[in-house]
Parts: sequence; structure tokens; C-alpha cells
Amino acid sequence: MSAEQTQRPIRCLVAKVGLDGHDRGAHVIARAFRDAGFEVVYSGLHRSPDEVVQAAVQEDVDVLGISILSGAHNTLVPKILDGLDEYGALDDTLVIVGGIVPDKDEDELRERGVSAIFGPGASMDDTIEFVRENAPKRE
Amino acid sequence: MSGLLDRLLDGDHRALARAITKIENRMPGHRELVSSLYDHTGNAEVIGITGSPGAGKSTLVDKVAEHYRSQGLTVGVIAIDPSSPFTGGAVLGDRIRMASNVGDMDVFFRSMSARGSLGGVSIATADAVKALDAFGKDRIIVETVGAGQNEIDIVKTADTVTVLVQPGSGDDVQMLKAGILEIADVFVVNKADLDGADRTVQELNEMLQLRDDDGGRSSTGHHAGHHAESAEAVALQRTEAENGWMPPIVEAVATRGEGVEEYVDALDDHRAHLEATGELEAKARARYAEEIRTLLREDTAELLTEEIAAHGGIEELVAGVTAGETDPYEIADSVLAPIADCARQQRDS
Ligand code: B12
Ligand SMILES: Nc1nc2c(ncn2[C@@H]2O[C@H](COP(=O)(O)OP(=O)(O)OP(=O)(O)O)[C@@H](O)[C@H]2O)c(=O)[nH]1
Ligand SMILES: [Mg+2]
Repeated sequence: MSAEQTQRPIRCLVAKVGLDGHDRGAHVIARAFRDAGFEVVYSGLHRSPDEVVQAAVQEDVDVLGISILSGAHNTLVPKILDGLDEYGALDDTLVIVGGIVPDKDEDELRERGVSAIFGPGASMDDTIEFVRENAPKRE
Repeated sequence: MSGLLDRLLDGDHRALARAITKIENRMPGHRELVSSLYDHTGNAEVIGITGSPGAGKSTLVDKVAEHYRSQGLTVGVIAIDPSSPFTGGAVLGDRIRMASNVGDMDVFFRSMSARGSLGGVSIATADAVKALDAFGKDRIIVETVGAGQNEIDIVKTADTVTVLVQPGSGDDVQMLKAGILEIADVFVVNKADLDGADRTVQELNEMLQLRDDDGGRSSTGHHAGHHAESAEAVALQRTEAENGWMPPIVEAVATRGEGVEEYVDALDDHRAHLEATGELEAKARARYAEEIRTLLREDTAELLTEEIAAHGGIEELVAGVTAGETDPYEIADSVLAPIADCARQQRDS
């Protein structure tokens, strides 16, 4: 039945968390994702981890992209991951992080459940490809 | 499937979110889901807000949600944004303004893209509203940019429609002339902190006066032919005018929460009016009629797509026309005839 199986676009939340006011990267990513055919919910600046969780759950996104350049990723990102877990949403949400994250912090974030980290040098095409391939398939 | 419904009725926010996804994408099983929601709906008051881009709709929605929460009411919001006609992608930005209800799950905010999918946005919105209603939300707000017929159809999901305008924008006046005036139950002149708010209020008043002098009909004669299929909708607008509701004009500064109380009062007044005049039921009937028609249109369109394929596909049918062997009317008749026969037989037996 054709009309029953309309292709669902990938849904993504691009979130800015904490006091971090750097939003250029988040805008660039939001627009690139849109142009790739994704549906992007943008959180706006200065969100608390709770708000990001609330948004990810309510918007039922496949992908949560956290943009963080403030250096506070080690405290804020785990809070978000824990919050998702409380809603049973951690397993089927692809969580990625972008911005300024020193190499030494990457492993820890990965262990906590972040799938990939994209810094200033990352290619946009690779980023989009990664999301396409790893966004959870839902029936 | 029944698991999802049970969890939704049980107050599980994630299940509600999932249900809306299912509805929005018309995923397998969405029909059964929506149809089982009906038993649990009818308790929410549904408010529509439309207006030109950037007029302050989301900011107002945020403050109204806060106001309702302070009264102990739960709130659902559906905010619809246009999608790119080229990629189908979208940046949904209404959520940015949700800042007054941090971490409060009793405000359930959902962004939706107005995908170009078969004019199905309004039905998806109506069904998502049912999910929020069945979940137990007391107030449901639907926000959409006021740009045309599509949006008008979307806000008709609501019992009370708000049109929000900002001062000093010739665009807004144009928009009102383009048929949005008739659907407003309440006007909000937002950004009353800016110059020209008084003038906008005055212009609105004049327009409403004109409409009133016109015997409740559209001052622009815009109804004719536009909405051939929803006679109910037109009838509805008339009865409303005849029942003597004059849309109030509320001035607001949404960023500061000014005018929110007056606005909510106006919504309550309209609600009381709807109940007192029997209009609420009339609206519900009109909506059901529209829904039945829309579903049937969707379903028959699908059935016909199958039939066209069974006849060798549209290209093949077109080839017959270009070769001069037949014409579109003949083809339509021959595709439809077996279905019509079949239906008649069933009906008679
Ligand atoms: C521009 C800039 C500013 C502007 C920001 C304007 C704005 N509205 O965004 C201003 C001047 C305001 C500013 C202020 C500050 N800044 Co500043 N700023 C920068 C600078 C030079 C460039 C950032 C930028 O916009 N890059 C362009 C965008 C497109 O790139 P991007 O953000 O990195 O995003 C890309 C990737 O990271 C990735 N990405 C980003 N987000 C996401 C999300 C997802 C989901 C994905 C997949 C990918 C992704 O994709 C993007 C495209 O490739 C950087 C240095 C640098 N070279 O990075 C410092 C930098 C980020 N700032 C820094 C600092 C310290 C500050 C201040 C604290 C300075 C101060 N003492 O006042 C303030 C803090 C302001 C605040 N409230 O947060 C430090 C941060 C240090 C740290 N993290 O340890 C940096 C790294 C400079 C440095 N080397 O010290 N800053
Ligand atoms: N001066 C002033 N600005 C306001 C007021 N209300 C909203 N704004 C600003 O207007 C801009 C747009 O507000 P939104 O609430 O996003 O408007 P919207 O109508 O939802 O916009 P779209 O959904 O994009 O059509 C924001 O910068 C707000 O801060 C107001 O009462 N006064
Ligand atoms: Mg908005």
C-alpha cells in the first residue's frame, strides 16, 4: 500500500546546552541537515540538560546533536545522557556531539553513549553520511 | 500496538510522542490508533493561533502555557512550520521561544513540519490533537503561520481561533483581506510596545465593522467557490456571526507577558459563547463531516492509484490519448466503472 509507507524524514534535535553562547556552528549544522532533507528542531541557546531531554523526548527525535564549545561537555553531556536513559530513550536515540572537545575527553564521552564527535574540521558530507547510516531505524 | 495506546492513556510522555510520530507519518497502524483514541477525547479545549511570520505567536504560546500551568491545567502545543519544497527538510524553530516552562513535562510541545504530503497536514494535526486530548491535556494550542488555505484548514482544528497581528505591517492587513479575517474569534495585536499598535487596532476595528455591516458575510466575498467542499465551514462562519460574536481585540506584549490574562479571558468568553449557543456542537459536527470526507478522499485516491497500475500505469493510459485512440474522460469512466458497479451491487444486497 503506497500511501501507508510514506518515507519518514530523519528527525533531529540540535541543542545548545549551558551558558555556551557560540551558536554559529549550531546554525550551520541545522541548515546543512535541513538541506540534506532532515527535519531539524533547534532548541535555541542556554538550555539546561533537563530541557534538552524534555525536547528530545517530546519531539521524538531519531538524532540528538549537542553543540558545545564552552568546555563544559564533561558535566553537561552525561546529565543529558542520564536523562534520556530515565525515559528509556537512550537506546534508540543517536547522540552526537559537535564543537570544541579536546581529544582526551572523547573516549569518556563515547563510553557514556555518545556515538560520534564532530569538531571544527569535520566534513559536512561525512557528518550527514554518518547520521544517515546510524540514525535508528524504527518501524 | 495496543501497548502504545495503553501507555499513552497511562500518562507515558514517550508513548504520546511516539503516537504523534506514528500519526504524523501515517505509519502502519496509525488508523487503528487514532480510531481507538476517539473513546478518550472531547475533554480538551483547543485553541488555534495563526498570524504572519515573526508576529510573536510562539512567544505568546509560551506565556499562555505558563498562565494555564499556574491555574493547574496541563497543556499540549503543536507548532507547525513550513518545510522546504526542494529537500523536504525543515528547521523547526518555534521551540526556541519555549522558555517559561523549563523541564515541565505537563507542557507537551511538539514541532511539526508542514510537509507537502497530499495536503495531509491538517488531518495529521487534527489527529495529533486527539492524541494530546486522549492523553488528558486540558488545553491544546495549535500554532501555524497564516499563509493560505492550508493554514486555515489547520487552525480549523481549533474551537477558538486567534489571529495575531503586529503593528505597522502592511502584510498583515493583506493577510486579513485574504480570508483570515473570517476565521478569527479573537484578535491579538502583539508587540503593543512598538509604534503603530493603536493604528493597527483601529484598522482591525474598521474591518470588523465592515464585516458586521455586511450581515456577517465576508467583506471581501472571498468564500465563493474557494471552499466548494466544505459548505459546513461556510455555514459555520455565518451562524457564528448570526449568533452575535464580535471578535474582541486584545493588545499584548508577549515578550513581557502583558495582555496574557486579558487574552485568556477572551478565550474563555468565546468558549462560553460556543457552549451557550450550541456552536461548540455544530463545530464538532462540521469537523466530523470534514474528517469523513477527507478520509474517504484519501482512501479512494489510493484505491484509484492501484486501479491505474492495474490498467498498465498512467503512462500507458496517456499513450492511448496521445495516439488518439481514447480520451481522458473515457479512461476515467473505464477505470471507475468496475468499482462503481461493485459498490452498487454491495449496496443493493
Ligand atoms: C566566533 C567565536 C566567538 C563569538 C561567538 C559568536 C556566536 N554567536 O557564535 C564570540 C565573540 C561571542 C565568542 C565569545 C566567547 N568565546 Co569564543 N570563539 C569563537 C571562535 C573564534 C569561532 C567559533 C565559531 O563560530 N566557529 C565557526 C563555526 C561554524 O564552527 P563550530 O562552532 O566549531 O562548529 C563546527 C563544528 O564544531 C561542528 N559542530 C558544532 N556544533 C555541532 C553540533 C552538531 C550536532 C554537529 C554534528 C557538529 C557541530 O560543525 C560546525 C561546522 O563545521 C572560537 C575558536 C575556534 N576557532 O573555534 C572561539 C572559542 C570557541 N571561544 C572561546 C571562548 C573562551 C570564548 C569566551 C569565553 C571568551 C571570553 N573570555 O569572553 C566567550 C564566551 C561567550 C559565551 N557566552 O559562550 C574558546 C573556547 C575554549 C574552550 N572550549 O575551552 C574558543 C575555542 C577560542 C579559544 N581557542 O580559546 N566566541
Ligand atoms: N517588541 C516585541 N517583540 C516581540 C514581542 N513578542 C515577540 N517578539 C519578538 O518577535 C520575534 C518573533 O517572535 P516569535 O514568537 O518567534 O514569533 P512567531 O510568530 O512564532 O514566528 P514564526 O513562528 O517564525 O512565524 C522574537 O524576536 C520575539 O522576541 C512583543 O510583544 N514585543
Ligand atoms: Mg513560531
